[in-house]
Amino acid sequence: MELRKILALLLLMLSLSAAAQDDLLSELENDVIDNTPTFAEATFKGSRIINGHSIITRKKKSLEFLISHRFGKINTGAYNFFGIDGANVRFALEYGISNRLTVGFGRNSFEKTYDGFAKYNLLRQQKGDLSIPVSVTWFSSTAIKTLKAPDQAQVVQTSFSQAVYSHVLLIARKFSPAISWQLMPALVHRNQVLEGEPNDKFALGTGGRLKLSKRISLNAEYYHQLNPSTNNPTENSIALGVDIETGGHVFQLHLTNSQSMIEKGFITETQGNFFKGDVHFGFNITRVFN
Amino acid sequence: MKNILFLLLIFCSINASSQSRYITKNGHIQFFSEAPLENIDANNHQVAGILDLTKNEVAISLLIKSFKFDKSLMEEHFNENYLESDKFPKASFSGSFQSKEVINPNKNGSYPVTVDGKLTLHGVTKAIQTTGILTVAKNQVIAKTKFQISIKDYNIKIPTLVIKNIAEIVDVTVELPFTLETK
Repeated sequence: MELRKILALLLLMLSLSAAAQDDLLSELENDVIDNTPTFAEATFKGSRIINGHSIITRKKKSLEFLISHRFGKINTGAYNFFGIDGANVRFALEYGISNRLTVGFGRNSFEKTYDGFAKYNLLRQQKGDLSIPVSVTWFSSTAIKTLKAPDQAQVVQTSFSQAVYSHVLLIARKFSPAISWQLMPALVHRNQVLEGEPNDKFALGTGGRLKLSKRISLNAEYYHQLNPSTNNPTENSIALGVDIETGGHVFQLHLTNSQSMIEKGFITETQGNFFKGDVHFGFNITRVFN
Repeated sequence: MKNILFLLLIFCSINASSQSRYITKNGHIQFFSEAPLENIDANNHQVAGILDLTKNEVAISLLIKSFKFDKSLMEEHFNENYLESDKFPKASFSGSFQSKEVINPNKNGSYPVTVDGKLTLHGVTKAIQTTGILTVAKNQVIAKTKFQISIKDYNIKIPTLVIKNIAEIVDVTVELPFTLETK
């Protein structure tokens, strides 16, 4: 009797050890693979959600060429071909100095504005031994308008005294392969303002994407001004769009009440009332060269 | 009866004391395919594995996100669109190997082996069979093998738009430098 019990126990031990060896793979994965940190990649398809930047920086040594258009207001009717007649264009080149640091330069036809920016990826969302719930990127830009004042047609009024500096902290989380969301507190500093206007304007933006398929996503973006001007009120920027990815290109098509494609413009100078139909059709096309 | 008991006890103790497991955390697996427009060359240098020389068993596991490409955009598409690494973060192999000669871990030498097992990729598990070579050196076993997989078998879909860019058969080259497990 006693012997049988021992025998049974031994058999049990043997079978247990056999099961353990069958699970060589799960042992391996528990010990090594499951603790290896992994980063959230491609939180957004593009370096822009719509008008504003996303946390995405270009990878090292890759160059992105961006062509963006914002047409006139759709509610100007058939005479202006629903806004298509009045196009604003921005051409830009953006380059990844490292995987975290991107610099860019752009030229806007709107008010003949030049802009230069740098964005740096401070934190990357990751899982594993160390868990970081969000990705964080810092963005700073300088914009200078070179449009001649109408009464000084011969004099070019361009100097840094007119420069506008924008700083945005981009905080994003990829919740699932389909859903990413971003918050962006922003500060726009204007060197020269009309009387009674603040030099510093603060705003809080939010935006996100919902992937409808592997290559198409629905995007939305909103910037809320925290200290709007009382004398010269402007609208909060609203934008809705679709991203379509085809190999090396990303096409972004959108509707927005902002005419400008850079921070200082769409955050502090948006004129259109989205809900009264002051909506511009626009697109961004990006091409990445490695 | 007592004899059997004794035998079982010996069995158990052999099991516990055998020092025949070899491990690696920095194995290398390469995916390579030649396609009409561009070659795909992805390398993962963080492959983990366990090799058991008494049981002739092997297990390999890796993270899809650890595959590196020269072109960052290719790497993004590989993860986002093809392998869907958020949904299926790991790929693994577990199986056994057979050698004609008995593998002596204390003697340097090379042993051709046949490997049988299950490969899991993109959430699909398939039985595969391949041949390889185990090279035994002091406290080290280097395992090398090369085989082909068809991406269709693993339910990896390629849109017709980019079908020319991507080959349907991928060469998988494996090199795993196992070292003796120390406890």
